[in-house]
Amino acid sequence: MIALFYIAAIIAVIATVAVILQTNIVHGLLYLILSLLAVAVIFYVLGAPFAAVLEAIVYAGAIMVLFLFVIMMLNLGQHTRDQERKWLTPRGWIAPSIMSAILLGQLVNVMRQIDYDIVPAQVGVMEVSALLFGPYVLAVELASILLLAGLVAAYHLAKTK
Amino acid sequence: MIKLIVDTLLSQIRTLWLVFIKLFQKKDTVEYPDQQPYMFPRWRGRIILSRDPDGEERCVACNLCAVACPVDCIALQKGEMEDGRWYPEFFRINFSRCIMCGFCEEACPTNAIQLTPDFEMAEYVRQDMVWEKEDLLIEGTGKYHDYNFYRVAGKKIEGKDKGEALNEAPPVDVRSLLP
Amino acid sequence: MSLEIGSPLTIGLILLVVIGTAAMLITVERRLLGFWQERLGPNRVGWFGSLQVVADMIKIFTKEDWIPPFADKFSFVIAPGIIMSAVLLSFAVIPFAPDIGVIDSNIGVLFVLAMASLGAYSVMLGGLSSDNKYALLGSLRAAAQMVSYEVFMGISLLGVVALTGSFNMREIVEAQTDGWYIIPQFIGFVIFLIAGVAESHRLPFDIPEAEQEICAGYHTEYSGMKFGMFFVAEYIGLVLISSLITVLFFGGWLGPSFLPPIIWFFVKASAFIGFFILMRAAVPRPRYDQLMSYGWLFLLPLSLVNLLVTGVIILSTQ
Repeated sequence: MIALFYIAAIIAVIATVAVILQTNIVHGLLYLILSLLAVAVIFYVLGAPFAAVLEAIVYAGAIMVLFLFVIMMLNLGQHTRDQERKWLTPRGWIAPSIMSAILLGQLVNVMRQIDYDIVPAQVGVMEVSALLFGPYVLAVELASILLLAGLVAAYHLAKTK
Repeated sequence: MIKLIVDTLLSQIRTLWLVFIKLFQKKDTVEYPDQQPYMFPRWRGRIILSRDPDGEERCVACNLCAVACPVDCIALQKGEMEDGRWYPEFFRINFSRCIMCGFCEEACPTNAIQLTPDFEMAEYVRQDMVWEKEDLLIEGTGKYHDYNFYRVAGKKIEGKDKGEALNEAPPVDVRSLLP
Repeated sequence: MSLEIGSPLTIGLILLVVIGTAAMLITVERRLLGFWQERLGPNRVGWFGSLQVVADMIKIFTKEDWIPPFADKFSFVIAPGIIMSAVLLSFAVIPFAPDIGVIDSNIGVLFVLAMASLGAYSVMLGGLSSDNKYALLGSLRAAAQMVSYEVFMGISLLGVVALTGSFNMREIVEAQTDGWYIIPQFIGFVIFLIAGVAESHRLPFDIPEAEQEICAGYHTEYSGMKFGMFFVAEYIGLVLISSLITVLFFGGWLGPSFLPPIIWFFVKASAFIGFFILMRAAVPRPRYDQLMSYGWLFLLPLSLVNLLVTGVIILSTQ
């Protein structure tokens, strides 16, 4: 299980870096989906199968499809690729790299201090549901009202006169 | 609304059922090479040249078929025998052009050119679709068994003078005024 | 090596049977479509056309595997692989019989839904990377159709899940010992059937690949083995939907004991495969906007009401 975790983690990191470095936006999106799936595997290994499957269904399966859907309509070609390449100059990299390095150092430091068991108890569907509709019911209801508002607004926008 | 939904649903189920019972009904397919279809006698297929009951060629090389042909697939040339009969020196049908319309059969005054119920004429080489007189001519009378052009026509040939044909009056001497 | 859940022999056999069934379906479908259209169908190769599948395979393997020079090669090549692996992975959680299956997972139903949603990428990438307007139109339609119908598919399943109290497919089958879920969940079954057809984009919902409108849709530019993978994946998807309906609504392997459980499963699944082919033969294709408005304005409220009523009944009988 530990090996599975590390393999998935390395794939997630590499894929995420590739998302940034890719100039072809469709390939970048594919790497992003790969990264999300790797994160789903990590969730599964860590004992949260429900979260893992939801990650695959909602993020990789629905949201990224809509991203791809938008990209299809945009008619991107060689010129956007050149533009992307122009933006990826070394000068633009310096500040974010330094900041991310500091953040990474902090993260490693914090992780070293906590003695963390890598395979905790399984968190199944029942536990998640009990939490969602128990202590967090208000948050769930608020989120669903927000989604409903979005749905109604989208319907109103899409409705022909 | 409810009625619409129920009607639509029932209509779809009826469609599915009607298509499903086709599984047990007779199929329309004719399995052609194994199972030969019945060809009607007047089917317009491969063209032949027939002979009269005496075994002579019926074709008199009048060129009416070549004129009537809408795709110009018939070519022939007139020749004349010593006894006065006309005949085609060559008679060529390009079946890669022929549309089997049957106009040549309609036009033919001697019932020589006829269409038969044969349709299996595919060839691998296009040149093989051009049929000469030897290929077209059959040993038989085709659809009209008793018809002999020279026996009923006024044309003079050896052994049959003017006025000797079937149902033909002797020629009138126009220089005589006698009735 | 023995036949138990997850042994290599079982996994190999399941893969073999699933792919073999999908390949045989090519012949069976052509034959059945022929019968339903008052024709005979292919009956020349082998005994009553039984070797037609071999002939088709030889044809598809020996065709030129052409990648268009204007295509995005990376996406173009991986697109058929995605749908093939997505549909084959879905079979991992299908319980064929009490002791035949790949894994016994607590998230079985959700796993199938996840794989179905990943299958959408194949269609979209295939159409997008072909750089062809028909392919692009096809994949646009496919994206909208599959994302929409995933929603109703998921919600229609939730009634079954609520009745069982588990996402585990084996528990769902065992909970149907007293009665199949087709009776309490009839509306859920109908919605799942319709959404399943739309999800595997077969006729009458083959709008992404409507031959008469947009050539072959997203796989217009595909040829040879890559097209073959799309083609076989569609049939595997058909087998998958039939198996899912069998498991979720028709009691899976349950049946009178004069036949072994695995045979019961195959009989039920085959009946649904036949029904899908019948739908292809009989029902005309709706227009694209009709499909979308039908889904969002009719199926979504219906499936929500179904779930709500199921929940109320479960709570009131407890």
